[in-house]
Amino acid sequence: MSNYVIQGATGDFEVVIGLEVHAQVTSNAKLFSGASTEFGAEPNAQVSLVDAAMPGMLPTINEECVRQAVRTGLAIGAEINKYSVFDRKNYFYADLPQGYQISQFKHPIVGEGTIVLDLEDGKTKHVGVERIHLEQDAGKSMHDQHPQYTYVDLNRSGVALMEIVSKPDMRSPEEAGAYLTKLRTIVRYIGACDGNMEQGSMRADVNVSVRRPGEGLGTRCEIKNVNSIRFVRQAIEVEARRQVDIIEDGGSIDQETRLFDPVKGETRSMRSKEEAHDYRYFPDPDLLPLEFDDAFIDAARESLPELPDAKKARFMTELGLNDYNASVLVAEGETADFYEAFLAAVVNKTGKKPAEVAAKAANWVLSDLFGALNKAGLTISESPVGAVAGAELLALIEDGTISGRIAKDVFEVMFSTGKSAETIVEEQGLKQVSDTGEIEKIIDAVIAANPNQLAQYRSGKDKLIGFFVGQVMKETGGKANPGLVNQLLKPKLDG
Amino acid sequence: MTDLTNLTIADARDLLKKGDITSRELTEAHVAAVDAADALNAYVAKTPELAMEMADKADAKIAAGEQKGMTGIPVGIKDLFATKGVHTQACSHILDGFKPEYESTVTQNLWDDGAVMLGKLNMDEFAMGSSNETSFYGPVKNPWRAKGSDKDYVPGGSSGGSVASVAGYCAMGATASDTGGSIRQPAAFTGTFGIKPTYGRCSRYGMVAFASSLDQAGTITRTVRDGAIMLESISGFDKKDSTSVDMPVPNFEAALTGDIRGMKIGIPQEYHLAGMPAEIEALWHQGIEWMKAAGAEVVDINLPHTKYALPTYYIVAPAEASSNLARYDGVRYGLREMVEGGNLVDMYEATRAAGFGDEVKRRIMIGTYVLSAGYYDAYYLKAQKVRQLISHDFNQAFEQVDAILTPTAPSAAFAFGEKSDDPIAMYLNDVFTVPASLAGIPGSSVAAGTDANGLPLGLQVLGRPWDEETVLKVSGVIEEAAGFTAKPEIWWR
Repeated sequence: MSNYVIQGATGDFEVVIGLEVHAQVTSNAKLFSGASTEFGAEPNAQVSLVDAAMPGMLPTINEECVRQAVRTGLAIGAEINKYSVFDRKNYFYADLPQGYQISQFKHPIVGEGTIVLDLEDGKTKHVGVERIHLEQDAGKSMHDQHPQYTYVDLNRSGVALMEIVSKPDMRSPEEAGAYLTKLRTIVRYIGACDGNMEQGSMRADVNVSVRRPGEGLGTRCEIKNVNSIRFVRQAIEVEARRQVDIIEDGGSIDQETRLFDPVKGETRSMRSKEEAHDYRYFPDPDLLPLEFDDAFIDAARESLPELPDAKKARFMTELGLNDYNASVLVAEGETADFYEAFLAAVVNKTGKKPAEVAAKAANWVLSDLFGALNKAGLTISESPVGAVAGAELLALIEDGTISGRIAKDVFEVMFSTGKSAETIVEEQGLKQVSDTGEIEKIIDAVIAANPNQLAQYRSGKDKLIGFFVGQVMKETGGKANPGLVNQLLKPKLDG
Repeated sequence: MTDLTNLTIADARDLLKKGDITSRELTEAHVAAVDAADALNAYVAKTPELAMEMADKADAKIAAGEQKGMTGIPVGIKDLFATKGVHTQACSHILDGFKPEYESTVTQNLWDDGAVMLGKLNMDEFAMGSSNETSFYGPVKNPWRAKGSDKDYVPGGSSGGSVASVAGYCAMGATASDTGGSIRQPAAFTGTFGIKPTYGRCSRYGMVAFASSLDQAGTITRTVRDGAIMLESISGFDKKDSTSVDMPVPNFEAALTGDIRGMKIGIPQEYHLAGMPAEIEALWHQGIEWMKAAGAEVVDINLPHTKYALPTYYIVAPAEASSNLARYDGVRYGLREMVEGGNLVDMYEATRAAGFGDEVKRRIMIGTYVLSAGYYDAYYLKAQKVRQLISHDFNQAFEQVDAILTPTAPSAAFAFGEKSDDPIAMYLNDVFTVPASLAGIPGSSVAAGTDANGLPLGLQVLGRPWDEETVLKVSGVIEEAAGFTAKPEIWWR
């Protein structure tokens, strides 16, 4: 996927992408005030005097937000700056009550780090992170509430954001998508951001430029505030194409800020470089430089859970899962947690070693459980079949009580009724028949009833063994142990 | 009842304690004095009902044996301190009608100690000025007049209402704020005592911001002892202000021992300005003699970067102000000017054009300029570096001396309009006070004499960071030695 090429009339172009992701920090209170940050409250219900920039009000730092930024930095292996500075970014807008945004300009809290992308072909790619800084979100202007006036909702004003700035290391829309996916996975794992793009908890500014292979960086355009991974991919595609067309027509790219319109599938100019604000950054004199010690960083590090890359590696080396299954299982913290709890319960029930049952457990989670959840429109945390209940079912297969076929039916009942696997097997008499004498009787009857098929089989059509197995299973209502049927059938057919 | 308004805070405290007077009587006398002093234009809002309520509460406290230094003492509050439900506009048109739902920490500390609020005091708009002529509510008149003259003089600024109310016997003390000299210079112009403590000693929470890294609350009183009592009440760490510092607040009054024997007093040679009036030099010299007579050792010192202080200040303060005043946009509170058919930007422009006075606009423009791309390094960044050097000058000096003695201002009070057309001449008023503001060190102005016209002159005492006690002690010695008994002739009642 790294050879994403835009074919122009005059030759091939490559696209260069950098992302600035704004991730809302998970915390009960805003970055510099005690106001709540819960989503969906009535307009202006969560606004403190500080957020509304009342005269004489002063910001005071929320330590939890600092801790989350440090944890995020640690999670991407970044350098943590024990000294950082809050600056004022000055501009006027109705939803920016102070007339400036408190941000970090010259001295961010987190320095360079790396995010490892998992690409579709099983390969990985390292994308550099330039920095992470903390800043306040603005409020929201609502232009559709009154014919003449704009309304302002300050609930979001002052909410803590991490701006995570990548290096221009991505070369295709897919890589940009994979970067966002991975970043989202990481921040959700560590609980630093809920990663909810629909609610605006994560938004991306996308920097796009194009060049002919081997050339230096082209002039970039910044596409502001794209709020889904799909739109990021689309925006890059159309923007790169737009730039290639301009260059091929003999024009040049103007550095500017653009907006992506997903309905029309195009980007359009928001403001040119000349219209860009002079933000007049300077250190906020209301706040002291942000300083903390190694103990603070160590505590943040100790609070981190196992991260997705480490977990995936462990699933592959210790449990023997394949790359694909391991990737899917670690993509969401809840899925990985469920899988691990499930595996532990299976091990507990069967007395087998984790590596012996890990692959079967993974398959069951990814196909049976996910299939049912998808159909029902439920998430893993809403699953009616929990880890322990699921393990009971898998254990019944493992010890030969029921066949895999029957297990699927049992699971369906479990899923809809919440009954345990053992109860369902008991109630419906689904125990697998492993009595050799009983199965032999049925085999003999089946062979006797199908002389033509027997003759064909014996004349070389040995694939017909499947037919005989099927007949036997049908006779037993699927309860015959399939391994046993195979074992007993073959010598009888062969005569 | 006029004798009650002549009392010092310390005397009133003792009388209240003995039960000789009540806060109600004291407050009634002051409410009447406030009403009689409209000609001074010191108050922009009066709160007589609130004052009487607070006085009764104070009397109850005293009766319950819970008296503190400021209990029952009627004071005026500079208009930039937020007072819940009461006029708080920093004397700007742009904050028209603004009554906060919150109380500043400084005033809350006073009320917690049982002090009584008489009203809100006039000031230069957003504390930008040295003569109180930039107030939207008109200038304050200095209670002092030249001998045999009925010409009006400025009270100094920006805390013009604070000094006029105290010098004019319509408040026993007043809160004030100092960004570049706004406490000390007007104190000098009115024969009062003004003290600006160390930056971080008093919380800025609820103080309308001018220049955040410089703004510091302080007090105006008629005596040094009163200043010590009132300063102790307003001081203290506040977690709502990240720049306030968690230091214990000493018993400031206890520092007034009058004993400065063996203390070293520095005389900065750079403060001998060419063209400074001879009587200012003479007063300074007199101060030096008082120090020696009290047993202190006087040492010549150098503060080599003094000449850069004023230009540095006039970059740093406007830069911060340009950003601090961005919130006055007509969107949420105060004045809003709408333009027929206009958009958001039109509203901003109309509101800010109508709401801010000329001096405020001038400083916003200067501040915006020095922070602009391409100018930041040459102005703001360089000013920050020079500010460090000025701080370093003081640190070096305080290795040799315990306090520094200088004149407070290069002249006595001047007449209205004399400097208001010439911003530079006006800015020069702060030449002796600005360096200490940039360094964040404590400083006072104590009445030390009068000029040939009988107008008061002040001496400035500067001390080490967090050593307000020495500043107060030295100020007390000057007060004692000067025996400053002159009083303005009461013409305004």
